[in-house]
Amino acid sequence: MIHSLFLINSSGDIFLEKHWKSVVSRSVCDYFFEAQERATEPENVPPVIPTPHHYLISVLRHRIYFVAVIQSEVPPLFVIEFLHRVVDTFQDYFGVCTEAAIKDNVVVVYELLEEMLDNGFPLATESNILKELIKPPTILRTMVNTITGSTNVGEQLPTGQLSVVPWRRTGVKYTNNEAYFDVVEEIDAIIDKSGSTITAEIQGVIDACVKLTGMPDLTLSFMNPRLLDDVSFHPCVRFKRWEAERILSFIPPDGNFRLLSYHVSSQNLVAIPVYVKHNISFREGSSQGRFDLTLGPKQTMGKSVEAVLVSSQLPRGVLTANLNPSQGTYTFDPVTKMLTWDVGKINPQKLPSLKGTMSLQAGASKPDENPSINIQLKIQQMAISGLKVNRLDMYGEKYKPFKGIKYMTKAGKFQVRT
Amino acid sequence: MQEWANQLCENRQFGSKMTDSKYFTTTKKGEIFELKAELNSDKKEKKKEAVKKVIASMTVGKDVSALFPDVVNCMQTDNLELKKLVYLYLMNYAKSQPDMAIMAVNTFVKDCEDLNPLIRALAVRTMGCIRVDKITEYLCEPLRKCLKDEDPYVRKTAAVCVAKLHDINAQLVEDQGFLDTLKDLISDSNPMVVANAVAALSEIAESHPNSNLLDLNPQTINKLLTALNECTEWGQIFILDCLANYSPRDDRESQSICERVTPRLSHANSAVVLSAVKVLMKFMEMLPKDLDYYGTLLKKLAPPLVTLLSAEPELQYVALRNINLIVQRRPEILKHEMKVFFVKYNDPIYVKLEKLDIMIRLASQANIAQVLAELKEYATEVDVDFVRKAVRAIGRCAIKVEQSAERCVSTLLDLIQTKVNYVVQEAIVVIKDIFRKYPNKYESVIATLCEHLESLDEPEARAAMIWIVGEYAERIDNADELLESFLEGFHDESTQVQLQLLTAIVKLFLKKPTETQELVQQVLSLATQDSDNPDLRDRGYIYWRLLSTDPVAAKEVVLAEKPLISEETDLIEPTLLEELICHIGTLASVYHKPPSAFVEGSRGVQHKRLTSSAGSGESVESPDTGSAAVSEAPPTVIPSQGDLLGDLLNLDLTPPTSTGPPPAAAPGMQLGAMDLLGGGLDSLMGDESEPPPIPLRTDTPQSPQPPHQSPSPPDYSPTELGGDIGGSPAMGAGFGAPPAAMPASFNAPISGGLDDLFDLGGGGGMTMGTYIPPKTVWLPAMKAKGLEISGTFVRRSGVIQMEMTLNNKAMSVMSDFAIQFNRNSFGLAPAGPLQILTPISPNQSIEAALPLSTVGPVMKMEPLNNLQVAVKNNIDVFYFSCQYPISMLFLEDGKMERQVFLATWKDIPNENESQFQIKDCHLNSDAASNKLQGSNIFTIAKRTVEGQDMLYQSMKLTNGIWVLAELRVQAGNPNYT
Repeated sequence: MIHSLFLINSSGDIFLEKHWKSVVSRSVCDYFFEAQERATEPENVPPVIPTPHHYLISVLRHRIYFVAVIQSEVPPLFVIEFLHRVVDTFQDYFGVCTEAAIKDNVVVVYELLEEMLDNGFPLATESNILKELIKPPTILRTMVNTITGSTNVGEQLPTGQLSVVPWRRTGVKYTNNEAYFDVVEEIDAIIDKSGSTITAEIQGVIDACVKLTGMPDLTLSFMNPRLLDDVSFHPCVRFKRWEAERILSFIPPDGNFRLLSYHVSSQNLVAIPVYVKHNISFREGSSQGRFDLTLGPKQTMGKSVEAVLVSSQLPRGVLTANLNPSQGTYTFDPVTKMLTWDVGKINPQKLPSLKGTMSLQAGASKPDENPSINIQLKIQQMAISGLKVNRLDMYGEKYKPFKGIKYMTKAGKFQVRT
Repeated sequence: MQEWANQLCENRQFGSKMTDSKYFTTTKKGEIFELKAELNSDKKEKKKEAVKKVIASMTVGKDVSALFPDVVNCMQTDNLELKKLVYLYLMNYAKSQPDMAIMAVNTFVKDCEDLNPLIRALAVRTMGCIRVDKITEYLCEPLRKCLKDEDPYVRKTAAVCVAKLHDINAQLVEDQGFLDTLKDLISDSNPMVVANAVAALSEIAESHPNSNLLDLNPQTINKLLTALNECTEWGQIFILDCLANYSPRDDRESQSICERVTPRLSHANSAVVLSAVKVLMKFMEMLPKDLDYYGTLLKKLAPPLVTLLSAEPELQYVALRNINLIVQRRPEILKHEMKVFFVKYNDPIYVKLEKLDIMIRLASQANIAQVLAELKEYATEVDVDFVRKAVRAIGRCAIKVEQSAERCVSTLLDLIQTKVNYVVQEAIVVIKDIFRKYPNKYESVIATLCEHLESLDEPEARAAMIWIVGEYAERIDNADELLESFLEGFHDESTQVQLQLLTAIVKLFLKKPTETQELVQQVLSLATQDSDNPDLRDRGYIYWRLLSTDPVAAKEVVLAEKPLISEETDLIEPTLLEELICHIGTLASVYHKPPSAFVEGSRGVQHKRLTSSAGSGESVESPDTGSAAVSEAPPTVIPSQGDLLGDLLNLDLTPPTSTGPPPAAAPGMQLGAMDLLGGGLDSLMGDESEPPPIPLRTDTPQSPQPPHQSPSPPDYSPTELGGDIGGSPAMGAGFGAPPAAMPASFNAPISGGLDDLFDLGGGGGMTMGTYIPPKTVWLPAMKAKGLEISGTFVRRSGVIQMEMTLNNKAMSVMSDFAIQFNRNSFGLAPAGPLQILTPISPNQSIEAALPLSTVGPVMKMEPLNNLQVAVKNNIDVFYFSCQYPISMLFLEDGKMERQVFLATWKDIPNENESQFQIKDCHLNSDAASNKLQGSNIFTIAKRTVEGQDMLYQSMKLTNGIWVLAELRVQAGNPNYT
C-alpha cells in the first residue's frame, strides 16, 4: 500500500513529507530527481519510477510533483487515483493547490492526509466526509477559533461514513432548494493538413450542483440516451436502473459533484465546429517564411463560436514573427517559440485571419517539422453530440426544487496538422 | 457595534499571519526550548498552538523528538484536535523513544473504551501505527475488542490494524488468533468492513505465500460480490483484486461472476475499471468461445479501455501498458479502435511511445493505410526519440503485414528523401530488416540507399548498410569500392561495424573472387593482426582458415540461406503473458515482468496462470469433452525463471524445523532435484553407492538423544530435537562476541549447505575434494531470448568460482558477454571479467568459469545465500538469481583452537543456536569428518558418549563469522544430529 508521500516543488525542493508506515528517507527522491533531469519537459517525467527497494509513482499538478512511495505490489492506478484525490481535496479546502497554500495550512494538510489514508489504505476520501471531520479553513473560522478557542476538527463520527449512501450526510437543510446540471462536452480531434478529420471524439461530463434539503431521490432522463454507450458514473447512480431503462436514478451528494462522464467515439456523431485554412511555409535558401491562417465556422448548428484561442509551436529556427491579425491579439514567445492568437468570437461574415511573415535565423536551413495548431473554443447552449436532458424529477421530499440545465461545448485536445 | 467592527478589522490584518506558516518562524532563543515551555503551559490554547508548531517542524523533516515527554503529556485531553495532533506526533517518534512511548499506552487503552466510536477507532488505529514491540503487547486486548465492536467504523479500522500488527509482529498476530477473526469479518454485514478485511488479508497473504488466508469458496465469493456493489471505490479495488485470485469451478460460475463484475466497468475510478478488466480477462478464459455471452463480454471491454485513454497522462500510461498486454492476448477487443491510439503532438513522450507500440500491434491489412499515414506524419515531429521509433515502426509494419510491405518501403524511401540525418539512418536499419524478411524483393531500392552512404554516422546504420552491400554484392556494381571506402577508417569503427564489414567483404569475395582478393586479404589482416578485439580476431581467423582450406565449404557457411526473421520479435512469451494477464493493473503489468522479478514485493507471490475452459485446456486429459478449440491448448508449461525463483523463495519460507514428508528416495535422484528444499535434500541421502534406502524415518519426533546428556559444554542445551532436524550450527562471531543482530534467516541456508555436504557424505567417500553441487539451470532460454545459463559454485584451492554453461538456443550468434552481481550478503563479486572470447553460435554451448572475490558491496539478501546476477550480451541484458551453497564460503583457515572453541561454544547465546537432523548418512564419524574437511569444515574434537560419536566442528565464513557445529553420529543409526 502507499508508504509515504513527498511533495516537491518546481525547483526540486521537498517541502512536505508524510509517512503512513515506517519513515522512508527522503533520499529516495534522488531517483526521482534523476528521472526529472533526464526528462526534457517537466511533463515528461515518467509516472512510475523503479528504485532498488521502492517504486515512486508521481503526478504533476499545479507545478507540484506529488510523489508516492510504495514498497510492495500495489495497483499503480490506485495510487494515481488517490494522488488525484489528494490534489482535489487540497484545492477544495484551500481554493488553490499551490506550495504557498499548502505551507500556509500545513497542519490541516497533515490532518487531512492522516484522515485520508490509514496504513496505506484509503480511509475517507469523499470531500463531504472529510469536511465533517476537518473543517476547511476560512478567515472567519480561524478568527472565531482564535477568539473562542474552539477547534476545526469534528468531534463526531461523520454520518455518511457508514450509511448505504456514504456520499451524503444526513440532516441537510436549505432554504432555497436548487439542483443545477451542466452538460459540458469537449471535442478531441486531429485534423490533417487537407482538412479531413483523422480522429474525433467527445468527452462529455455532467457536473451537478445540488443543494437540496433532506434525502432527495432524483431521476434524470434523456431525449437521446442511446448516445451514451460508454459511461462512467458517480457511485450514487443506480446502475441496474440505467441498464434497464436508460434513466439516471440517484440520491445525490450534497454540493458539487460529477454525476456522469461519457465518451462518444463514433466519428459521424462528432461535428467539427471550425475549419482552419492555413499556409505556413518556408522556402529553401530564404530566411523568410510565410504564415497565413484563416478560421471559419463549420458545423455549429447556428450557435456562435466564442473564446477562440489558437496556439502553435513554431519550428525552433524561427526568430521572430511579424503578423497581422484581422481581429484579436497575438503574441510570439521567442524563447519557447510559442505563437498564441487570442481570436475571441468568430464572425461568420468576416472571418478572422492572421497573416504575415516569420524570419528564420540567418543561414539556418529550412525547418524539418510542420507545426501543429492547437485550437480552444467555446460554444454556449449546445452539446455538440446533441445530447439533451428530457426531464428531472425528484422523489422522497415534498418541496419543489428549482432546476436548471446548462449546455456547453469546448475544444479539448483539438489539433490541426499543417 | 463599532467596537466589534474594529476588532474584526484588527483580526483581519492579523489574518494574514494566521495561516500555519507562522509555525515556521523561529526565534533566537532556541526553538526547542521555547516549545517546551509552551507545551507545559497551563493554557489549553497555548498548548495546542505549541503542538501545531511541533507538527509543522516535523513535516519539514526537522527533528523534534527531544520534545517527546512534553508532547505526550498533552495527550490526555478532551480536545479531539489536540489529541489527533499528539497522535500524529507519537506515530512519528515512538520508535525512537520506545520507553517513553509506554507512557502513552494507558491513554490508548482508555480511549479504546470511549463512548465515541470516532475516538475508539482513532485509538486503535494510532496504536497500530506505533511500531514498538512493547506497545504491541498492550494492543492485543483492545484490538480484540475493537474487532468485535458494535460500530462498523471501529471494526473496519480494527481490520486494518491487524495488518499493521502483522507487519510488526507476525507471530503475535497468529498466536492471538487475529487472522481467524479477520476471516470472519469477510462475512460482516457492513460492506466497508468486508472490503477492509479483504484488503488486510491480501496484504498479510503477500508475505505468507502458503497460508490459506484468503480461502475462496463459492460462499465467500458470493459475499464479496454483494459487498462489491455497496462499498467505496477503494474497497471495490481490493475486492476485485481478491476475486481475480479465485478459480471458478465451471463456466457457469465464471459467467455469473463476470455478469456481476461488468457494471464496475462504468465506474468513474480508473483503478476500479482496470481491476474489473483483470477479473473479466481472467474468467473469460473459462467461457466457451461459441457462447453468446462471450461475444457480448468482448464488446463490453472495449469502451472502458478507450475511456481510460482520455484521462490524465499518467493514467493513460498505466492503461497503455496494460492494453499492450490485452491486445497481445485478445487483439479482437480493440481491433476497431486503432484511432484512439493516434498520437497527439502534445502528449508526453512516455505516452507517445506506448501508443506507437500498440498501433503496431493492432496494425492489420484493414487499417494499414491509415497507420502508415500516421507514422509518416510522426516522422516529421520534433522529438528525436519519437521520430526514430516511428520510423522503426514503419519497418515493423512491413514485417507484420505482408501486403503492406511495398507501401512501407516506399514510405521509407520518401522519408530518406527528407535527408533528415537520423531519419535516414533509422530507415536504413529497418530496411535491412525488411530485406531479411522479404529477400530478393526490394533490391531496387539499394541504389537510393547507397546515395546516403556518407551521411551515416551511427554504428547501427553503418552496420546495416554494410550488411546490405555484402548481402547483395553481386548486384551492386561498385560494391568493392563501397566497402573499401569503409575500410579506410577500420580501426575507428565500433565493433559492430567492424564485424559486419569483415563478413561483408568475405561475402563479396565469395561472390566475386576475381576482383576482390586484395580487399579480402586487407580486411583479414586488419582483423587478425591489428585488432585487439578477440571477437573480431576470432572471426577473422575462422574466415581465413575457411577460405584457405575449403572455399566451397566457406561458401556454404558464409552464404548459407538465412532463416527469415520472425513476424514479431517483441511479443511477450506466452507463459509470461498469461501470468501478466492475471496481474493486470499491477506494477508487474506496467513493467511486463513477472511479479517474482520484483525483489522486494514478491515474497512468495504465487504464480498465477490462466485456467482455460474445460473444452480447450488439457487436451490430453479431456479429449472427450474436447470441442473445436483444441488448438487453443495452453503452451507447455516450462518452469520459467520466475517459477524457479518462486520455488527457492518458497523453500526459504519453509522453516527448517518443519516435518515435511521426505519423498521416497530414489537412487540417482540428485540430478533431478535441484533445489535446496529440505525435503528434497533428504531424499538425496539415498544415493547410488548405497543399497536402496533403509526404511526412512519419516517423522522422528524424538531424537534418540535426550537433552542434557552432553556434559562438556555445560551451557549448551540441545533443546527439543524434534522433527527431522539436521546439524546444529550455532554461531558466534569473532571469539565469543556474539553478533549483535545475526539475521535469523541465516540458519536456513546453512542447513541447506550442510545438507548438501552430507549429501556428498553419503556419496561413498570416494572423492576427497570439495563438494560441488550439480549444475542448475539459472536462466532458462525462454526468459533470455535464447540464452540458457546453468551453473554451480565451487571452491577450488581457496578461490570461489562460479562455473557456468552458456547455451545459445537462439537463432543468432551471441557475443559481447559481461556479467555483474547485485549487492549480496557476503559481498560476492566477480574477480575478473567474464571470459567468453568467442561469440556463441546457435545451438552451441560454452563453459565459463568466473573467479569470485568476497570484497564486493554487502547487502543482506533474502534468503541469505541469494545472488542476483545480470548477464549482458549483444542482444540484451538478462537478470536471474541463484543461490550459492554456503559451504563455498568456508575458509581454509577455519580450524579453531580447541580452547578457543570451547570458550566460544559456551558463549553462544541460545537464540543463535539451531538444530537440524540429517538422515540416512551411512558413514562413520571418521569418514564424515574427512569428507567435511574437504569442504573446509574442520573437526576440532571428537568424543564418544553412550555409543554416539560427537564431532565438534568449526568453519569460518569469508566475512569472518565463525560457525560452530556439533555433530552426533550414532553407530548403526544413519541419522546425524
